[in-house]
Amino acid sequence: MLRVLFFGRIREELGCAHLSLEHDESTADLERLQQELVAANSEKWAQVLSADNIIRAVNQQVAQGNVALCDGDEVAFFPPVTGG
Amino acid sequence: MRTHVSVQQADFDVAALQAELQTDAAAVGAIATFTGYVRGGQGDSVISALELEHYPGMTETSIEHILRDSAQRWPLLAATVVHRIGILEPGAQIVWVGVSAGHRGDAFAACEFIMDYLKTRAPFWKKESGAGGSRWVDARDSDNARAARWQAQGE
Repeated sequence: MLRVLFFGRIREELGCAHLSLEHDESTADLERLQQELVAANSEKWAQVLSADNIIRAVNQQVAQGNVALCDGDEVAFFPPVTGG
Repeated sequence: MRTHVSVQQADFDVAALQAELQTDAAAVGAIATFTGYVRGGQGDSVISALELEHYPGMTETSIEHILRDSAQRWPLLAATVVHRIGILEPGAQIVWVGVSAGHRGDAFAACEFIMDYLKTRAPFWKKESGAGGSRWVDARDSDNARAARWQAQGE
């Protein structure tokens, strides 16, 4: 299984904080996982997840570009950070 | 270098945190600290509350990573970061960074470096509430520019 988390504005717009997905061919890497999330949900998801400033993290490390996923990985989608 | 990272709802005691940085009195010559507060805003942008969300786990490890980076750049003795989460009112303390070193130049620089990276790397998100409802705070280019200065200096 893959655990997928959403934070901040993205969490709120999707109305979803976390979900779990099977790890298989359709979720073999970040790009395919994102396509799968868009395909399996409403038009809203396509719009929210296509934001060009979205940050993607795998196992709590920010991913640059596409990254292969392994069973048990934790993937997160979030907007630019605004702490401090 | 000793590090102390805390992400917490509770308020914090600046004097107690600073005292922790000075346990090695023979070596500490300087402590630089930064305290961030929730701004209340003015006019149309007066806020009644600020809500802070974070990514449990990643937040702490990303701050530890920033502290390790700072220790590679300057000879530091100890560094502390405390960041609050949850709902905070204007005027509340939100973040504290403290650094102890042998000399002030290292302490000043490291404190600013840690704060600049905290703003751009640590996964926190702010949402402001006011008379007109609530809105997510946008990331600012000026914060990214401040953090980028250190990259130029480190290379």
